[in-house]
Amino acid sequence: MIERTPVFDAIVQVLLVLSFVALLLPFWVVLVAASHDFHTVNQVPMPLLPGRHLFENLATAWEKGNFSRVMVNSLIVAIAVTAGKIALAAISAFAIVYFDFRLKKLAFWAIFITLMLPLEVRIVPTYSVAADVLAPFEAILNLTGLSVDLPQWSLLNSYSGLVLPLVATATGTFLYRQFFMTVPDELAEAARMDGSGPLRFFWDILLPLSRANMIALATIMFVFAWNQYLWPLLIITDQANFATATMQLQKVVPNGVWGEPPVWNTAMAANLIVLFPPVLVTLLLQRWFVRGLISAEK
Amino acid sequence: MTGIELRSLRKTYSGNDVLHGLDLTVTPGEFLVLLGPSGCGKSTLMRMIAGLEAVTTGDILIDGRRVNDIEPRARGCAMVFQNYALYPHMSVSQNIGYALKVAGVPKAERQARISAVAGSLALTDFLDRKPSQLSGGQRQRVAMGRAMIRSPRVFLYDEPLSNLDAKLRVAMRLEIRRLHQKLGTTTVFVTHDQVEAMTLADRIVVMNAGRIEQVGTPSEVYQHPQSTFVAEFIGAPGMGLVDAIADPKRGVLCLGDGQEVRFDAARWPDLPHGAVRLGLRAEEIGITAHPSAHTVMARVELIENIGPHRHAHLSLSGCNLIAQVPNDFALQSGAQVAIGFDMAALQLFDPATGRRHAGQNVPLAERIAATV
Amino acid sequence: MNKRATFSNSWLAAALLLPQLLLVFIFFYWPSGEALWWSFTLERPFGGGNEWVGFYNYLSVLQDSRYWGSVRVSVIFAIAASALSILLALMLAVFVDRRMRGHQILKTGFFLPYALAAPAVGLAFRFIFAPDAGLIAGINRVFPGLWNPALDGNDALTLIILAQAWSLVGYNFIFFLAGLQSIPRALLEAGAMDGAGPLRRVWDLQLPLLAPTLFFLLVINITDSFVNSFGIVDIVTSGGPARATELMVYKVYTDGFQGKDSSLAATQSVILMVLIMALTFVQFRFIERKVHYN
Repeated sequence: MIERTPVFDAIVQVLLVLSFVALLLPFWVVLVAASHDFHTVNQVPMPLLPGRHLFENLATAWEKGNFSRVMVNSLIVAIAVTAGKIALAAISAFAIVYFDFRLKKLAFWAIFITLMLPLEVRIVPTYSVAADVLAPFEAILNLTGLSVDLPQWSLLNSYSGLVLPLVATATGTFLYRQFFMTVPDELAEAARMDGSGPLRFFWDILLPLSRANMIALATIMFVFAWNQYLWPLLIITDQANFATATMQLQKVVPNGVWGEPPVWNTAMAANLIVLFPPVLVTLLLQRWFVRGLISAEK
Repeated sequence: MTGIELRSLRKTYSGNDVLHGLDLTVTPGEFLVLLGPSGCGKSTLMRMIAGLEAVTTGDILIDGRRVNDIEPRARGCAMVFQNYALYPHMSVSQNIGYALKVAGVPKAERQARISAVAGSLALTDFLDRKPSQLSGGQRQRVAMGRAMIRSPRVFLYDEPLSNLDAKLRVAMRLEIRRLHQKLGTTTVFVTHDQVEAMTLADRIVVMNAGRIEQVGTPSEVYQHPQSTFVAEFIGAPGMGLVDAIADPKRGVLCLGDGQEVRFDAARWPDLPHGAVRLGLRAEEIGITAHPSAHTVMARVELIENIGPHRHAHLSLSGCNLIAQVPNDFALQSGAQVAIGFDMAALQLFDPATGRRHAGQNVPLAERIAATV
Repeated sequence: MNKRATFSNSWLAAALLLPQLLLVFIFFYWPSGEALWWSFTLERPFGGGNEWVGFYNYLSVLQDSRYWGSVRVSVIFAIAASALSILLALMLAVFVDRRMRGHQILKTGFFLPYALAAPAVGLAFRFIFAPDAGLIAGINRVFPGLWNPALDGNDALTLIILAQAWSLVGYNFIFFLAGLQSIPRALLEAGAMDGAGPLRRVWDLQLPLLAPTLFFLLVINITDSFVNSFGIVDIVTSGGPARATELMVYKVYTDGFQGKDSSLAATQSVILMVLIMALTFVQFRFIERKVHYN
């Protein structure tokens, strides 16, 4: 603030608080709805203060949505996507920034073009590849005249199917590249003078330096992976074993599988369970999340 | 002790020559300074010795062994970078000891050597700090410690003092020189600051636009610059240059405005009649209250007080000169004054090539006698 | 930015790049190529590979009024949701940038919706805006039948637009705030010295300087509304009522996986890809301009 403008400030303050309330209202409504019994939640107008059935509803939702299993699945997938993405992104960005080789430009563009098209717009063919991962190679080998029959390796109903296609984009690589570009050239040269080779430099110097970058990427990727909906919905038919938490939301929609009069309280309780992990991560690591988002898009 | 030899060394970046085939020998134990304006190729040259830049053509020999294709780590050189390039996430002791760790030196020995080096650089109290917690001078010393700990065959310094403030720069200069006196390790030092070069070097290599202009001791380079470039670049202020026509038969130099200066044509027996450029340093130009046959008239443009004496910026026949004037000498800008030259110190350059006309060196005694 | 490449071991570089390139090939380039191939072919009814049909699929897609319906809905959805959330986010960012008491909490609160999965947003909004329960249902007590997204297409579209806008406000807000904070303070102080009050400075200085951010967010928002909307539509309306909310991605999904017509789905995918790539190219051009601008 440069000058003192008490009236203007007061208006701004009021508007801010109003917006704050309005934007957080949906969270509140979900929480309130999840804490009432079946009749109260369907009253019009609905109560605006929480009731006493929150834990009961959470328990019901937890059981009906098979959350003991699907939460673990989601956790496995989110962690695997996060770890895989960080590892892949770090080493490929390292190769692109610190090495000089022919086809460098090509490799760079081949990876970064993938930023353009999210999974959702190419789901149909991606699904068919996931059903038979080796098919591309078989097709290529057949083109060269060799007629080989590679075994069919399907990713449907598997953790790898949930994880690999999400790892195969360039978000993280781009983030790491941006960071590596800001590391002074002299550090790599000093390391070379000190006798360390490329891998040693990567491990001893570059990785410790990119810790902040890594946390930022990890928060983004965790939330991104946890929130995946369409892709798991497609490739997981074995719902008992491989369903993820976010997928379960489709089942709790009233008029859906559970049918009958809308059971909003358990639906909202389920929603609460599903949104809790990413919201927690965001709240705890917001600084990193924001930093990651902003530097990924620059 | 280690010598370095460069043989017609060339460096080309995407078709542009950065270094045009240099020959240079660094004698064992010598403190050699590469001096030149930015972009002259001095840093590139040093980085090629270090092994950080590939050689386009030519050879680099360290101790008689061709090292063109040898990795930096195997060349036995240690380098201090301009921005120090300390590893920000490592403590001072880890920074200093990193090269030993990479080389697989056992921890106990590493610790012993780190504390020895830290002791000699007065860093013992800072061993557990991170670089960000150090002052500029301390960082500089850590960078030196990192280089020293490997007992390298050659020290390479890439403008290591340019990030320090003026006072610290002088102190670190002394420290570097002291270190060299103690260890006697062959040292190559890159700088664009001629005072640094003069004070540190055994020999100075003056570079310009990818070529070596002159190699010599600081006093050679100062007193007998081989080209107008060196003449103007070395010294603060640089040598003043005045255009004239030499008439060796009459023993006079005719200035553009018609004034004439007598000179000792015998010093330049081969000098042809024609255009020359006179070179004179500030301390070789005197302002006198008594015009005579040995003086010429110049106009005072500006007077700068620099403490022990003053600098008078003069305009002589359309050329700019600087004369050193005692503080008690009455002088006003805008005045026409008579100036005399220390003719024994006079240098003549060929204006077409910029090269110096070789003359016979004059003994000091005669120089004093010839002074106005 | 000019970076000296430091190492020259090509084999090592290739080994480091291989995993990423392999994944990108299998899950990106091959499927995209396959979509292109499918869009020009038809599957023979009794197996035996695909038959080249040229632009037949494109013609049948483009002549289908149902397809144009979904394009229309998608465009309305994209523009309305993006405009709504960008305007709101801009206002909030300008206010929060004044750093009054509590701005840290406000920041966290405004950003929080972005953490939610699209279907979670959908579920919450479906309840809040349900015609017979939740927050808004009261309005139907006063004016019976005024609001019913289950029956009225416009109500349904409005509902998913609100949900999408809400979920993007946080993202836009963060970028606007970062943009505002990168404006040198001295500039605003100079403005104040020139006699411009706070609102005047917003209008004359901050908004023009935010133009690059605004443009960037517009592209990202539109792309996101094409892509991420699936979860919202699927949970809130399932494309209904009467296809009033059948967005393009949702239609690809229904045609490809429920209708099992992969040629038709692939053709729509390709059109969608071209659209999004065009948007991204526009954005690349703009980023280039931004570099010049700085």
